[in-house]
Amino acid sequence: MTSTIDDSDKEKTLSVSVDLNNDTSLLIDIPDALCERDKVKFTVHTKTTLSSFQKPDFSVPRQHEDFIWLHDALVETEDYAGLIIPPAPPKPDFESPREKMHKLGEGEATMTKEEYTKMKQELEAEYLAVFKKTVQVHEVFLQRLSSHPILSKDRNFQIFLEYDQDLSVRRKNAKETFGSFFKNMVKSADEVIISGIKEVDDFFEQEKTFLLDYSSKIKDSTARAEKMTRSHKNVADDYIHISSTLNSLSVDDNTALKKHFEKLSDLFEKLRKVEGRVASDQELKLTELLRYYMRDIQAAKDLLYRRARTLADYENSNKALDKARLKSKAVAAVEEQQQQCLQRFNKLSESGKRELTSFKGRRVVAFRKNLIEMAELEIKHAKVGHTGDSLSFFLSVFYMYWGESDSIPHCRVCICVCVYIQLKSVVYIHLG
Amino acid sequence: MKMATSSERSPPPFPEDLEPEPDEVGDQDSDDGEDIFLGTDNPLEIKMDPSLSASDIASSTKPLSEASSPPVMDLLSEPASEASSAPMVDLLMEPASEGSSAPMVDILSEPASEASSAPMVDLLMEPAREGSSAPMVDLLMEPASEASSAPMLDLFMEPASEASSGPMMNLLMEPASDDLKEPPKPDIDPLADILNDTPLSEVKTPVAAMPQETPSDLFDDEPSELFAEPRQSNTAKQQQTSIFDEPDEDLFSEPLGEASKKPQNDFFKEALAPVAKASNVCGPLSDNYNEHPTDIFTEEAMTTLPSAVSTVSVNSKTNGVHSDEEEPDIFAEATVELSLDSPRNDRKKKEAAKPSASAPAPSVSASASKPQPKTLEELEEEVEDKFELNISITNPEKVGDGMNAYMAYKVSTQTTLPMFRSKTFTVRRRFSDFLGLYEKLSDKHTPNGYIVPPPPEKSIMGMTKVKVGKEDNSSAEFVERRRAALERYLQRVVFHPSLLQDPDVREFLERDDMPRAHNTQALSGAGFLKMINRATDSLSKMTIKMNESDVWFEEKLQEVEAEDQQLRKLHIMVDSLVGHRKELSVNTGGFAKSVAMLGSSEDNTALSRALSQLAEVEDKMEQLHQEQAASDSFCFAELLADYIRLLGSVRASFDQRMKTWQRWQDAQNMLQKKRETEAKLLWANKPDKLQQAKDDITEWEAKVTQYERDFDRVSATVRKEVLRFEKEKACDFKKQIIKYLESLLQSQQQLIKYWEAFLPEAKAIA
Repeated sequence: MTSTIDDSDKEKTLSVSVDLNNDTSLLIDIPDALCERDKVKFTVHTKTTLSSFQKPDFSVPRQHEDFIWLHDALVETEDYAGLIIPPAPPKPDFESPREKMHKLGEGEATMTKEEYTKMKQELEAEYLAVFKKTVQVHEVFLQRLSSHPILSKDRNFQIFLEYDQDLSVRRKNAKETFGSFFKNMVKSADEVIISGIKEVDDFFEQEKTFLLDYSSKIKDSTARAEKMTRSHKNVADDYIHISSTLNSLSVDDNTALKKHFEKLSDLFEKLRKVEGRVASDQELKLTELLRYYMRDIQAAKDLLYRRARTLADYENSNKALDKARLKSKAVAAVEEQQQQCLQRFNKLSESGKRELTSFKGRRVVAFRKNLIEMAELEIKHAKVGHTGDSLSFFLSVFYMYWGESDSIPHCRVCICVCVYIQLKSVVYIHLG
Repeated sequence: MKMATSSERSPPPFPEDLEPEPDEVGDQDSDDGEDIFLGTDNPLEIKMDPSLSASDIASSTKPLSEASSPPVMDLLSEPASEASSAPMVDLLMEPASEGSSAPMVDILSEPASEASSAPMVDLLMEPAREGSSAPMVDLLMEPASEASSAPMLDLFMEPASEASSGPMMNLLMEPASDDLKEPPKPDIDPLADILNDTPLSEVKTPVAAMPQETPSDLFDDEPSELFAEPRQSNTAKQQQTSIFDEPDEDLFSEPLGEASKKPQNDFFKEALAPVAKASNVCGPLSDNYNEHPTDIFTEEAMTTLPSAVSTVSVNSKTNGVHSDEEEPDIFAEATVELSLDSPRNDRKKKEAAKPSASAPAPSVSASASKPQPKTLEELEEEVEDKFELNISITNPEKVGDGMNAYMAYKVSTQTTLPMFRSKTFTVRRRFSDFLGLYEKLSDKHTPNGYIVPPPPEKSIMGMTKVKVGKEDNSSAEFVERRRAALERYLQRVVFHPSLLQDPDVREFLERDDMPRAHNTQALSGAGFLKMINRATDSLSKMTIKMNESDVWFEEKLQEVEAEDQQLRKLHIMVDSLVGHRKELSVNTGGFAKSVAMLGSSEDNTALSRALSQLAEVEDKMEQLHQEQAASDSFCFAELLADYIRLLGSVRASFDQRMKTWQRWQDAQNMLQKKRETEAKLLWANKPDKLQQAKDDITEWEAKVTQYERDFDRVSATVRKEVLRFEKEKACDFKKQIIKYLESLLQSQQQLIKYWEAFLPEAKAIA
């Protein structure tokens, strides 16, 4: 099992491609993380050539909440309104494997020791995978910031990276949580209101419809992909039980079937690994991709909202200007405000257009990469399942035992060889 | 005559299930299930000595086996030689063909092996058996592979270890390596095989041309028998010869040389060439054994024990597992077998014998592997129609409407068995008819210790759905599942040699206007009650500590119970697998649709294309998962369900045995009481009642004997049935597991195909 984790671990670093530019001036990674109860402490390691940092190489401990703080700070920075702020990493969620572990403990009596051990291993692997994925997502967030020409220069970001004490970001208290919830409500309502405003730019009009449509679709896809991988996982888990039952069946059996049950049990064990890997790779390459882009699209939508907001502001200021002109009262001030709004809107539109275009390219590249990798992995697993030491080998073993190798001609040869070797060893053993 | 029909089926049955050959000896021959020899042999026995009734075989033959072998030989050879006329030949052939290749080979090889050395018997038997009827791979592989843990281990290892000499190793290796070099040769024309491939034709000896002449008589009469036999004998012989000539030439040159002196040449002209070919090794050897005992043979001092040896091997052969047979049985069987084989040898010796002992061994070993491909062919055919009786259930059809609706199934039978009126016939039966059949069979045969295959359970849920007339997937699946289950059930019934003889089975298959089984409607309920009764019944029996005289039964029962539990667990697991896989299929389908939607709203053309391709792949995956779920369910879960039910029947037969034992014990107790009464009366000096008491005693004595005999009979049946069941089980599991693995393999292959097709699409995303 450990090897699987290592394998997938390596693959995992590539699981979400964010089209990082190869600028080596600021390299960030999270080499280590520590899980304490429900807190996860990440070690954020930075390597840089930028002069704005005091040292070229340093590490700081950070928690999930620090990341959220950084994200919120970026979102609230007025200057970045025209940028797609990389989505904040999701809260580490170890509940599901924990719950499963709990359930397993309850069901311990109903299964054999071996079965239990295997199930436990499986869960531990799952837990570990979740943990690594969490680390991964946080890393990606920082890397996207570091690769962004503007965001990488953010003061808060640099503090986040450099400040070697605990940032001691205050957890959001109940009021604030409610406040942010309220803000979200207002935002959604506002979105509805400003959606009535006539779009002046075709590009944004298109983007808006596309993103709205796409985000609902990708949400659905993500949910379904999650379901799919989960049921795949269930199938793999069933194999564990079947394998172990077959095994105990073979222990009890004294007939000619004993050997065959044993083999079948082995086979299911192998198949379990194959299916388990298929499930986890699907999770990694497909579900995780969809999940990430679901959030990323949300970020893009936020950008559109901010722009629409400024557009609405601009229109409002236009109206205010008209009104002021009508009343000829404080026209200059209103005009200035109107100009500001226009300026802001134009700036936002410009950078938004740039950001959205790059986002599109990034998305396509990421999808391409992940889909290719997934297809390759699927093929790899299916081949492992079917050649090598699994299915076809077992089938040939069964043919051998039962002498029905006719349907696979090439098997006959290897069977003969196998048997020849077996025969030899049997005889040799007996001759000492 | 049964033989005529069986002769049309040239290939010998698959070794593992060779015995359930329907036998015309039928009911009175309770042994046919387990040991073909006893069964097929009976007519012979009777013919040879009419005074011997089938049931007496054991007792009558025991003395024979105890006697030194020459007298036995003589005694047995006499009738045989008398019978060397045509009818007798038939008769002798028949058991052979019915008994299928394996025993045949045994017979032939036995004398030889006995001659060589006791431990070798097993060794020789095993490869010979395998070679004759299993595919070549099996031939040596099986012993080899099973050698690691299966019971056959002993069989194979023992000789090796006991012999523990270099030659012995060669001996083991030789056939194997021969096989390796020899790819399977698809021989379609068996006749050609015989003519061309018989070692004889390759032997540069005076007899070389003989095979061509042989067909004259026999080929016309019973061609298939001949086809079957020569091969068997060839293999047998090759095994032997390669064994014989390699390890020690001296050892065999003598007997062979002796054999060559015999007037055997006419033999081939007489028609039995291939058979004789086999016998030319064993026949003469056994001759030598009897008439010119050489050092080797005397050394082995096996003269009095050949029967015992042979039985052991027979037992292990019939199943490869139950070498734990008890001695008494063994002897009974052994002697019977001996009686079969010695006349055979004698006959062969008379009719012909060793043509040329000078060169047989090398030539034989040269052609050693040739017959095996043939047997492969045979096997394939054999597996397909091993019982001359094919039953299929098709066309499930809904009859009627509403709650009175029922499904009618078309039961088609194809048979060559003479017991049926025609070769093919079809009847329509409804589910309750199947249940009725089971009830009848169960009532009749369960008390005798037979394992009556149980039909699928009545499913109110499933049937109601069908009745309501929902034409959805699940009800179609239900009907198909039930159809398949009924088919398997019926096949199990007719494959059972004893049940096939039952008039009810025949009626069920043949009769057009089957009277509706009464109480069918209530049958499920009544049957359930009955089952509960039975369960409590057996539970009460459980509480009675049965003083188990036979460890075998105790162990088997434990095994069966453990297996039952495991199978149940496994069944639950597989059911959950099926459920999860269906879920996966549905979820994959959902994902596929969702991805298709995503693809449609994707604005990058290439990515959009790739996504819709992905949707297609996922769509196919859904299909694949669905198929796999169906195969999980049909191949695996159904098999397990069948065997859970069957194990119930097995336990019922064990319970039955317990019941008869209990009855016997009760009778004994009663007898004891009666005796005490008698003693009391005697003491009290009451002559008037004394007579009554004495009568009672005789009555109860008779009962005790009767019940004891019943118990013995039931025990024997149960034992045989369990062994038969195990064989069937192995065979069934094998078939289903292979089928299942193939389905898995196929879906993996499909998977690869789909993803490989998708890969370029993904790469095309620009």
